[in-house]
Amino acid sequence: MSTLNKLSISQALLGLKAKEFSSKELVLSHINQIEKHRDLNCYIADNFEAALASADISDQKINAGNARKLEGIPIGMKDLFCTKNLRTTAGSKMLGNFIPPYESTVSQKLLDDGAITLGKLNMDEFAMGSSNITSYFGKCISPWKSAKDSKAELTPGGSSGGSASAVSAFLAMGATASDTGGSIRQPASFTGLVGAKPTYGRCSRYGMVSFSSSLDQAGIIARNVEDTALLLESIMGFDEKDSTSINLPVPSLTSALNKSIKGKKIGIIYDLLNEDSISKEIKDMWNKTIEICKSEGAEIIDIKVPHMKYSLPVYYIVAPAEASANLARYDGVRYGYSASQNTTNLDDLYILSRTEGFGAEVKRRIIIGSYVLSSGFMDAYYLKAQKVRRLIANDFYNNFKSIDAIILPTTPKAAFDLNKIDNDPVNMYLNDIFTIGISLAGLPAMSIPVSLSSDGLPLGMQVVSKSFDEETMFTIASAIEKAVSTKFIPGGF
Amino acid sequence: MSNYIEGKTGRWEYVIGLEIHAQISSKSKLFSNSSTSFGSDANSQVSFVDAALPGMLPVLNEVCVKQAIKTSIGINAKVNHMSAFDRKNYFYPDLPQGYQISQFYHPIAQNGFLDIQKEDGSTKRITIERLHMEQDAGKSIHDGMINHSLIDLNRAGVGLMEIVSAPEISSPFEAGEYVKNLRMILRYLETCDGDMEKGSFRCDANVSVRKPGEQLGTRCEIKNLNSIKYIMAAIEYEAARQIEILENGGSIDQETRLFDVDLGVTKCMRSKEDALDYRYFPDPDLLPLILEDQYIQDIKNTMPELPDAKYLRYTKNYNIGQDDAKVLISDRITAEYFEQTISLGALPKIACNWIIGELFSYMNKANIQINECRITPHNLCELLQLIADDVISGKIAKQVFEQMFETGKSARVIVEEENLVQISDPSLLQQIIDEIVAQNPGNLQAYKSGKDKLFGFFVGQVMKKTDGKANPTLLNDLLKNTLDS
Repeated sequence: MSTLNKLSISQALLGLKAKEFSSKELVLSHINQIEKHRDLNCYIADNFEAALASADISDQKINAGNARKLEGIPIGMKDLFCTKNLRTTAGSKMLGNFIPPYESTVSQKLLDDGAITLGKLNMDEFAMGSSNITSYFGKCISPWKSAKDSKAELTPGGSSGGSASAVSAFLAMGATASDTGGSIRQPASFTGLVGAKPTYGRCSRYGMVSFSSSLDQAGIIARNVEDTALLLESIMGFDEKDSTSINLPVPSLTSALNKSIKGKKIGIIYDLLNEDSISKEIKDMWNKTIEICKSEGAEIIDIKVPHMKYSLPVYYIVAPAEASANLARYDGVRYGYSASQNTTNLDDLYILSRTEGFGAEVKRRIIIGSYVLSSGFMDAYYLKAQKVRRLIANDFYNNFKSIDAIILPTTPKAAFDLNKIDNDPVNMYLNDIFTIGISLAGLPAMSIPVSLSSDGLPLGMQVVSKSFDEETMFTIASAIEKAVSTKFIPGGF
Repeated sequence: MSNYIEGKTGRWEYVIGLEIHAQISSKSKLFSNSSTSFGSDANSQVSFVDAALPGMLPVLNEVCVKQAIKTSIGINAKVNHMSAFDRKNYFYPDLPQGYQISQFYHPIAQNGFLDIQKEDGSTKRITIERLHMEQDAGKSIHDGMINHSLIDLNRAGVGLMEIVSAPEISSPFEAGEYVKNLRMILRYLETCDGDMEKGSFRCDANVSVRKPGEQLGTRCEIKNLNSIKYIMAAIEYEAARQIEILENGGSIDQETRLFDVDLGVTKCMRSKEDALDYRYFPDPDLLPLILEDQYIQDIKNTMPELPDAKYLRYTKNYNIGQDDAKVLISDRITAEYFEQTISLGALPKIACNWIIGELFSYMNKANIQINECRITPHNLCELLQLIADDVISGKIAKQVFEQMFETGKSARVIVEEENLVQISDPSLLQQIIDEIVAQNPGNLQAYKSGKDKLFGFFVGQVMKKTDGKANPTLLNDLLKNTLDS
């Protein structure tokens, strides 16, 4: 692997400016790395020709002194973001050949800043999953290997599995990702990366294939806090094409780095920390992080989030409900997978297109979603869940009246073996237990790698701040990152 | 038609509720910026949002909101400070999203009313339960094909106002009146063009029957009635159908039915068992609509006077007859033409007669609207003033009017150019009378010996001699004096 792949984005920007290398070289080094690691199955679609053409343009701009903020930096784009004229599948057979005639706002913003898309990254189908195994395009494999079983293929997490695997394997300098219940943070945690989800409404959802509208949020996976800040600043911002987009100025996240956290009030859910079901290594990591914050002058405060334990059931009612309606448009009539060649009536067209076009997990969630909204069950499930969601959110908002951030683990354990997944989907859902409540409250959260498990696999901690206070989140994350000496690079990379 | 139906087992009454779907007059659709123009090439007004492509999101069109507020005020409803959008979920090819964005739980307005005139002339107030905004669906064309249908999404996403009445309408006649009045109000407000043929104003009728004093019966819904004639006919048929079933000991199945216009019958479209569960839930892509008092008031301030208020004014203040008043108010531009004419000084009743009589007849022949006429209110007022001042006779005025309509010239100019000023000089007229009398001794004799009808002969002769310009009243008096002396 070229040394160019190992650069951070901020280093690469400096190097490009200083003409130590060209964007073309940078892009080529990544193309080579991608070709070398096809076995990881990170990319669903390549964009190499266009990427090289863009690199030429970037090089011209850099030479002319007109470099934009991310000029010439090669990144990966999660295949959930519609890219104009470049196939966008959302990891699904249903959109297996879909070529969008429009660009999502998030990807457009990166293009406008001069970033270069290497390709579309693998993901769980329609963003529903925590392991990337539900992708129609096959499982994505993490470059990380367990010390106990070096042959086992490990999950990079999900749904942004391709994003995490690619960045940690140096197949992209950073990647876009999306988070509905933890799909940015959990994969980041599994692969030793930084994964940030801003406050709900910060990033436009226009052109982002919709899963659960009130929870979906675009975000970034990158190798360090600074790179994440650079990319996240680029994609945040009000968009009038998204009615849920928030009209607030985009804060400077890079300015929030390397600042003291002295006096910052950090909430710890000691009730959770002291629970038996939390493993020792997670508790150790948590305590280690608390100590780091204390030594930097932060104040540690015991907080209660009494309704957090209802997060999973609330999420698995609300998200599927919204998804059941969001995915109703995939009917084989106007675009996408269609069984029209083999059908002569409308019912068959719908039934066959959707039966054949959707994978099992997607169907499962559509059915759950339809059920919880159905007559006779809506009050007991959907309405109740939304009310409890309000209680969970209020628990967080009330705490944030007196604290600046919450710190807690990202995942209950490290990455698991892809070929040893049990059949009970609920066990898969338990992966999101630390991230989901925060999503339900729409809060900004990011995962940073803090420890390695006993198998030598990455574990991450989340920093959560109050709504629209991404700056504090990045300040604290930056401080923790500085204090953590471990280098999170998978063996052999 | 009356409010009661005499059945075999006694007297039945109608219980009718109407749901109107009125397309909102706006340049763009309710949640996207594509055009709402009618009659364009198929699928030429379909944005990515309308076609429900992946990642597309709705954005509320403020003009549609304003139109809905205006309409709500026009039907005396309370505009809610908070309303929200819900998804109504079902699958059909003319519904690209697989759900319609509507307002189920929190409509924009509630508790309005509309007054109608019953057959006996008395006024009845019909409660309007709610008005809400929702998306229209596209069009499906099945005719002439066996294995497939064609879908045109131009209409998909156009804004609709759904206006739901309480089941307080008691006869087909009342239903017709309700629809006419509601349509008129929306046209006055320019919030909907009310074109039932084009489909921009559609009616669903909920019909049940019961014996007076009894509980409500099971109702059936008749969908997509697109003319007042059909609404009334469908209701009449449906009530009779239900009565026959009930009188034979059967019960009514709650159904959705369609009206077959050729056969004049309603047919079952969907039974209760097949009824769809729409799983209404708040649309998470849209924020609740919060309306401030000032915003609503500002819209209220821009509203024109409504038909009911005009009718009252015309009949009470101007003494216009009920039927004439109804004609004047039937179209806002007609009412405004009338009001402009009288604001310039014309007498209301006279202006009314000329508008409804002469102007309308020329308009109909030329097939134009009142605001396309070359005769402006100013012109008309001037003409009426000439008559009032005795400058021209009523009969001459009609000639002048015709020319005004053709050329757009003012009355005064035409009268001058054609030299149509009345001859009101008694000595001049007397001169002519004397001449005519002298030329017709025979008829004079005949008249004097009792043939009174010959008076008209002499009038005619004078008129002929004066090219019709003799002042008729003066002529009458002078002639009478002359002949009777």
